[in-house]
Amino acid sequence: MDTITFIREILLSPLLEGTLVTVKLIAYSIPIGFLLGVLIAVGRVYGNKLLSSFCALYTLFFRGSPLLVQLFILYYGLPSFGIFLSPFMAAVLGFTFCSGAYHSEYIRGALQSIKMGQMMAGEAIGMSRFQVIIYIILPQALRRAIPGCSNEIIYLVKYSSLAFIVTCVELTGAGKIIASRYFEYTLVFLVVGAIYLFMVSIVTKILNTLEKRLEIPGIG
Amino acid sequence: MNENLAVIYQSFPYLINGVMITLGLVIGALGLGFAMGIPMAVGQVYGNKYIFGIISFYVWFFRGLPVLVLLFLFYFGLFSLLGFKLSAFTAAILVLGLRSAAYQSQIFRGSIQSLHEGQMLAARSIGMTKIEAIWHIILPQALRLSIPGWSNEYAILLKDSAVTYAIGVMEVLTRANFVATRTYRPMPIFLTCAVIFIVLTYGGVKLLDLLEEKVKIPGYGEER
Amino acid sequence: MQSDNKIVLSVENIHKSYGKEKILKGVSFTIKKGETKVIIGPSGSGKSTLLRCINQLTVPDGGKILLENEEVTHHQKEINRFRQKMGMVFQDFNLFDHLTALKNVEIGLIKVKKMDKLAARKKAMEELKQVGLEKQANLYPAQLSGGQKQRVSIARALAMDPKVILFDEPTSALDPELIGEVLEVIKRLALAGMTMVVVTHEMGFARSVANEIIFMEDGSIKDQGTPYKMFNNPEHERTKKFLHKITELYGKSEE
Repeated sequence: MDTITFIREILLSPLLEGTLVTVKLIAYSIPIGFLLGVLIAVGRVYGNKLLSSFCALYTLFFRGSPLLVQLFILYYGLPSFGIFLSPFMAAVLGFTFCSGAYHSEYIRGALQSIKMGQMMAGEAIGMSRFQVIIYIILPQALRRAIPGCSNEIIYLVKYSSLAFIVTCVELTGAGKIIASRYFEYTLVFLVVGAIYLFMVSIVTKILNTLEKRLEIPGIG
Repeated sequence: MNENLAVIYQSFPYLINGVMITLGLVIGALGLGFAMGIPMAVGQVYGNKYIFGIISFYVWFFRGLPVLVLLFLFYFGLFSLLGFKLSAFTAAILVLGLRSAAYQSQIFRGSIQSLHEGQMLAARSIGMTKIEAIWHIILPQALRLSIPGWSNEYAILLKDSAVTYAIGVMEVLTRANFVATRTYRPMPIFLTCAVIFIVLTYGGVKLLDLLEEKVKIPGYGEER
Repeated sequence: MQSDNKIVLSVENIHKSYGKEKILKGVSFTIKKGETKVIIGPSGSGKSTLLRCINQLTVPDGGKILLENEEVTHHQKEINRFRQKMGMVFQDFNLFDHLTALKNVEIGLIKVKKMDKLAARKKAMEELKQVGLEKQANLYPAQLSGGQKQRVSIARALAMDPKVILFDEPTSALDPELIGEVLEVIKRLALAGMTMVVVTHEMGFARSVANEIIFMEDGSIKDQGTPYKMFNNPEHERTKKFLHKITELYGKSEE
């Protein structure tokens, strides 16, 4: 069987199915992970001692340990407590928690770079701390955090491949299955690689457009 | 609880041996990445547009593909295709190293480009060739500036080393999984595994911070 | 500069320390409706800290602040309500960088006073007009000059209809040629009857606009009186020295 036929008849369909799973994985993990990152960062910077320490520990754990270990804990470890997650669920949770920690570091840096005067001015017109954080500080800080957070999102698109190791069959998994069956590792993974490169460039384009849309003279 | 602690205690030596493998992977990959990254960075900054293009393509490829895909591609695919019979460990170092070179080259490139143009001009004006200027003037400064980025790369590599589980390298996570499946105590083992990585990550970063302090040039970068 | 007999703001025996350092050592004064009080003094005398104690951006260690006879101190839960009635203009402007000039003035009306959006926009435009910046309404702070930024921040404070406005060295961060436009606005406010506390080095301004000048040094009030008295006949030699030094440095720019 020649290459073109192989790709067309055997490879394409499973890979596209796998890509769909990948897209679903990142569609959940990216926004929820980012949101979690915002919460952790705000809790770390503006929370009381207890909340702040918790957020710091959370970040320490999820940034200090490999994503794969976290996935193993969720998928293989939790059952001993009676919690049985599907491979997809375990993957989404793992990606969300891990990504959240990385986002929180970028956002934390951005929050701390906002001048104290912004908080003072907001409070001076009678806003509560909470209002100042939501309406004044975060809009500025999140813009500053865009480069870092964009970076993290791209990383997640690639690391979604680890879902396969906890038996969630996404793009890489689909590729491995076909490749092992037909001993066509090089070809299959070059195609898989090409699909990832394509996905990454699309996501990069989207993020760049977003950044342009949100641009404000003087911020960032 | 006591049983959990006992399991951890008993499997600890076995896991620690895994640390040796993990460190071997990381140091090997960092080294390979370093050895390749510097010439690549120099090539991109000072070379012609063809060199720039080739290196850019390399960087795009090795940064754009997930680690797992690279491992599968090379270990199961390319290496057999090219006739190399490498152990999983060696293959892993090669793949991680090639990938690290892509990232490190950009770190070094950024540092080199952040240096004032005047440094190169001054070096040429006292008669140094381009190569001599790069070796004696540019790189000593650029390398110091790169330490924070390099520290980050260390942390990333350390965590990526766990992915080599997928091709059977006997590093910490692989061993942890081995123990967990035998003792039916996944949670304490995997948590211990996580803690080992956390210690290695932050310990290593701390060491690199100390290194940065040690090689610091007095007054460098400060405005008077 | 008319005055009613009603006391708007009462500052009673305010103390504040940072660690071992005592910044405010028992400061008291009152201000009536329509009055303008100017506080002067060397750096480190605690003037800015005092202002921030008034609207509780800094919480004093001791003493009381009363706004229209209601106690502001010890009422942390109500503080936002009080702050709405006290405007503050900062040395560094502190405009909200991510909002246009118009939105900077609007946001307090919408989010704090819970005004309807259209009504808020209308009022905000009026305030900008008052400070001469209606043409710059849709520009961002980064696109404005220092003097313009400060005028926006005055509009922002005015929009809240405060009972008293606190000015913390409003022109100290401005280039010399921009100081005039800001002082103009503040002067007009004073003449229109706004109650104000102004910390400044601008002696010409103080002379022409203040009902009373307060001289602070080292955390306490050393001298106070009408501009005439302070410049010609102060009780303390130190006051005279300071005033003349400052007038030398900054010039009698306004009369």
